[in-house]
Amino acid sequence: MAQSAISMDAPQEHQHDTFKLLGFWIFLVTDCIIFACLFAVYAVLRTHTDGDLTGRELFEVKGFTAETLILLASSFTSGLASLAMHKGSKKQLLGWLTVTVLLGLSFVGLEITEFAKMASEGARISTNAFLSSFFTLVGTHGLHVSFGLIWMIGVMVQIARFGIDSLTKEKVTIVGLYWHFLDVVWIFIFTVVYLLGVM
Amino acid sequence: MGEKAKGFFVTGDPLIYGADVSIIITLLGILVFLTYFKKWGWLWSEWLTTVDHKKIGIMYLVSSLLMLFRGGVDALLMRMQLAMPNTHFLQSQHYNEIFTTHGTIMILFMAMPFMFALFNIVIPLQIGARDVAYPFLNAMSFWLFFFGALLFNLSFVIGGSPDAGWLSYPPLSELAGSPGPGQNFYIWGIQISGIGSLATGINFLVTILKMRAPGMKLMQMPLFTWSVLSSCITIIFAFPVLTVTLALLFVDRFFGAHIFTAASGGNPMMYVNLIWMWGHPEVYIVVLPAFGIYSEIVSTFSKKKIFGYKSMVFSMIIISVLGYFTWVHHFFTMGAGADVNTFFAITTMAIGIPTGVKIFNWLFTMFRGRITMTQPMLWTLAFIPCFLVGGATGVMLAAAPADYQYHNSYFLIAHFHQTLIGGVVFGYLAGLYYWWPKMFGFKLNDRIGKWAFWTWNIGFYVCFMPQYALGFMGMTRRVYTYGWDMGWAPYNLVSTAGAFLMGIGFIFQVWQILYSIKHGERDLTGDPWNGRTLEWSIPSPAPHYNFAHLPAVRSDDSWWDMKKHRYGAAGQDEIKEYAPIHMPKNSGIPFLMSACWFVAGFGLTFEWIWLGIAGLAGIGICLLARSFQRNTDYYIPVDEIKRTEASIGRVV
Amino acid sequence: MSKRLSSGRLRMVSVLAAGLLVLLSGCDRRYLIFNPSGPVAEKELHLIILSAVLCAVVVIPVLALLIFIVYRYRDKPGNKAPYTPEWSDSKILEIVWWGVPIIIIGILGVYTAKTTYSLVKPPVEDVKPITIQVTSLDWKWLFQYPDQKIATVNYAEIPAGVPVQFHLTSDQMMNSFWVPELGGQEYTMPGMAMRLWLQADQPGTYYGSGANFTGKGFAHMKFKVVAKPQAEFNQWAKQVKKTAPALTEAKYQQLAQKGLSEKQTYSSYPERLFLDTIDRNGGKYMKPEMKHGGHDMSMMDHDNE
Repeated sequence: MAQSAISMDAPQEHQHDTFKLLGFWIFLVTDCIIFACLFAVYAVLRTHTDGDLTGRELFEVKGFTAETLILLASSFTSGLASLAMHKGSKKQLLGWLTVTVLLGLSFVGLEITEFAKMASEGARISTNAFLSSFFTLVGTHGLHVSFGLIWMIGVMVQIARFGIDSLTKEKVTIVGLYWHFLDVVWIFIFTVVYLLGVM
Repeated sequence: MGEKAKGFFVTGDPLIYGADVSIIITLLGILVFLTYFKKWGWLWSEWLTTVDHKKIGIMYLVSSLLMLFRGGVDALLMRMQLAMPNTHFLQSQHYNEIFTTHGTIMILFMAMPFMFALFNIVIPLQIGARDVAYPFLNAMSFWLFFFGALLFNLSFVIGGSPDAGWLSYPPLSELAGSPGPGQNFYIWGIQISGIGSLATGINFLVTILKMRAPGMKLMQMPLFTWSVLSSCITIIFAFPVLTVTLALLFVDRFFGAHIFTAASGGNPMMYVNLIWMWGHPEVYIVVLPAFGIYSEIVSTFSKKKIFGYKSMVFSMIIISVLGYFTWVHHFFTMGAGADVNTFFAITTMAIGIPTGVKIFNWLFTMFRGRITMTQPMLWTLAFIPCFLVGGATGVMLAAAPADYQYHNSYFLIAHFHQTLIGGVVFGYLAGLYYWWPKMFGFKLNDRIGKWAFWTWNIGFYVCFMPQYALGFMGMTRRVYTYGWDMGWAPYNLVSTAGAFLMGIGFIFQVWQILYSIKHGERDLTGDPWNGRTLEWSIPSPAPHYNFAHLPAVRSDDSWWDMKKHRYGAAGQDEIKEYAPIHMPKNSGIPFLMSACWFVAGFGLTFEWIWLGIAGLAGIGICLLARSFQRNTDYYIPVDEIKRTEASIGRVV
Repeated sequence: MSKRLSSGRLRMVSVLAAGLLVLLSGCDRRYLIFNPSGPVAEKELHLIILSAVLCAVVVIPVLALLIFIVYRYRDKPGNKAPYTPEWSDSKILEIVWWGVPIIIIGILGVYTAKTTYSLVKPPVEDVKPITIQVTSLDWKWLFQYPDQKIATVNYAEIPAGVPVQFHLTSDQMMNSFWVPELGGQEYTMPGMAMRLWLQADQPGTYYGSGANFTGKGFAHMKFKVVAKPQAEFNQWAKQVKKTAPALTEAKYQQLAQKGLSEKQTYSSYPERLFLDTIDRNGGKYMKPEMKHGGHDMSMMDHDNE
């Protein structure tokens, strides 16, 4: 009995590492539901332009294609970062994360420019229901990306300071997962909002 | 909006001045007490920074009882206003605020934290774990709830309470309908505590899935654990919808967007759909754990195995899944068409099937058992008829064309109070009496408890049965006054009397707790009820680390089995070596970060953008600070475990 | 009126139960829902009674069983009742209590569906219905009679024995239009024209109220529906046409302000007032049948382009 009691304590502790990942997956499920609701709202309101400009007149193919390619590329580089981490190369890991952050920054920059341009043309969040739902959906994604950037920089600082160990490894994995998730959400935005919008 | 709010402080109502004075006196009293007895350090290190699930549970419990008091006072004020026709006790505006806060507080700031209190106190003990999966996040959930509730309640004295109903349908809840900050208080109060609830859902799901004692299979889990599991799954799928809905309403109000407005292409109907996609599952979120509690209690106090365990599990899972497909029954009368109404009418009735099955299983657990009338059992026995009738009126409401006649009438009010009080509150109270010795090490006094029980129960029927009749007489909810012409007066008067009886029941309970702190029967065994599950295998209250040895589970009703076959903690003459126990360290970050949320929420409520940004920045800093912490846990050395075990009378 | 609704036996049960309820309530006019004064309210009452009876079939035996079990198996020294602490499973019993509720819900489900579908049709087919357009305002009711081209505030007159199709909308807060003695309610929604069939069999005055909260003056949103024989109704309409003032656009704006109102009568109203109100509040995004007639109502424009 005594023996088993001791040996039984151990496995639970080792599992603690996988708890975080499991919890994060469940968090992503909840975030997915959040985006699903926003997509549903957009789907209902996308034609409710109140006589103003529609998506076809507002969206610029060049702009949103660039955003898409940049975000896809950043997802790829974050994957490379994860590979570098498993190889144990701190320098490569930091390098690829830096590239990911830079790509992410330019994505956010492009999105802000796009929003500012629309606003200057009179297409604001308060203009009509279509634009309200558009800015809310795309803006929520943009906020997620911005938050992810700060987070990723935080993780980079930690890697620089503490090196690659089990703690930082877990953090890189989780932030990477988050980043890929945002990429998937963007694919839906690209299709549902932009492609269907300009078609 | 600042200029639209008439003033920062709510003025002009003697009731509110009275509240102001009592709030200030209470606060001063607490400050003086803490300073005089030099308790600040104790408060910080033992409570504000704790990550111990048992202490967090107790804090949830205290907060929810306070909120029960506030919500109850709201209810009594309403009943006073409605006691007689043409009363001038409350103005229309004031009455509207009170029913709004009553509903919101009772569901979100009373039922939810009461439920989380029981999750926290019981679940790790019941599955033989030393903590939850994410203790830090658990503390965060509590403080988010706490500051959310604080923000919501603040509206009473600052800025003005929300007044658009507990689910705040637009366009009434939009800027045009509710210009003051009250509605923003509503949004941010619920939003902040809702994030905490979502985190708790994730936390306990992972805890139950991953941290069960060695050997405990899913189908050996106690039914309360199963009920929490199904409730958590429902939380995970429902609460994000609430988050989105409230956020969108705020976007409308803050940026002047048109998502739910009637003008410029918005769609208010969508809000009603979204809010009920959360709101209906929410009912099952709170009632499922109550079902779990009843199952534990019925089995324990009938000294018999629970009847139809598999059926019980299966029915809870069905309820939590079907719960997503019934939301439209809250607005059959919005003309969704015969197809839609028929579909949702039938799904709603169908929920009655697994619920009915549970009642039969409870009955047959008692059948050929030996029933002892303890306080938890009394509340459980009161629950069965109450919920049965409440459920039956629910089935009646589900028949869509009949609902055209009940909708928004007092029939509906009587129905949902019967399920929420008879089902949820009775359940949580039963759980409170049941697990109280485990929390605090003494039982609650029986004699005063019986007074409380009978006043509560008689009060309940006196209060709500007349309301069914009022529904048939055409009285609609949310009217602040009525005339003599409809014949509603006598029933309303009776109903008010019943409400006050329930209030007296609550006072009995407060007295009971205070009395029992001094005179309550101490529980030295750790197993005062001859329990069946693992929480009864350890001393009361449980030591910091819960289990000195993790129990090895061999069957369902595991503690019962251990006692019967004399092994585990019930075993004799076993030599046990202790191993150091891995525990999480306390942290002040959950408290500070939630305080920042409060600041942000307050700023956004008044549209003081600088304050909102400051709060959000604080949240960011807290998150980064946590991310950089590396030594978040420690080991309790064997010596200390030995000392603790000896001090609580366990063989070392 | 329940020919379509129920078989003979079921009807008898309902009638018996209805009788019982009426006795219990002392034949009281105050119980509006138990005093249906038209075919719609009658159908709904039948369903109410049916559902109550079906629920009672389960509830009463279970209550009796509860009392019996608690009494018989109480823990008392010398209790001779059997005690089987490990008995926890019985396939047959499980089948019984999964089966019985399923059957009951099945029966109720069928009648619910039948009634639901029957209520979107006019209550009687052989009488030409009239239309009344209802707008809920803060905090008053505007009734427009498109056939008679007259309007009233806070009361409506209808011909007895004639089906009335109410078209309901709101400028802007959602309310709910409820005349319990004539039938169940329907929401008034901004941007939509909801349809509700009601009919009064006998002349009389019926209580109506708003059932969904709309703010400060909500409790005062009551109105009377007065049913008169067709001839008297025509007489009344003619009288109104002759003597009442006109509801102008400006008057309407005044009426739409927040506040209470006395009963009012108007001899005419701006032609497109009702449709304009709907369009202004989002009606242009609704499917055309939502605004201009048609049977069923599917809710939102789901953009199937």
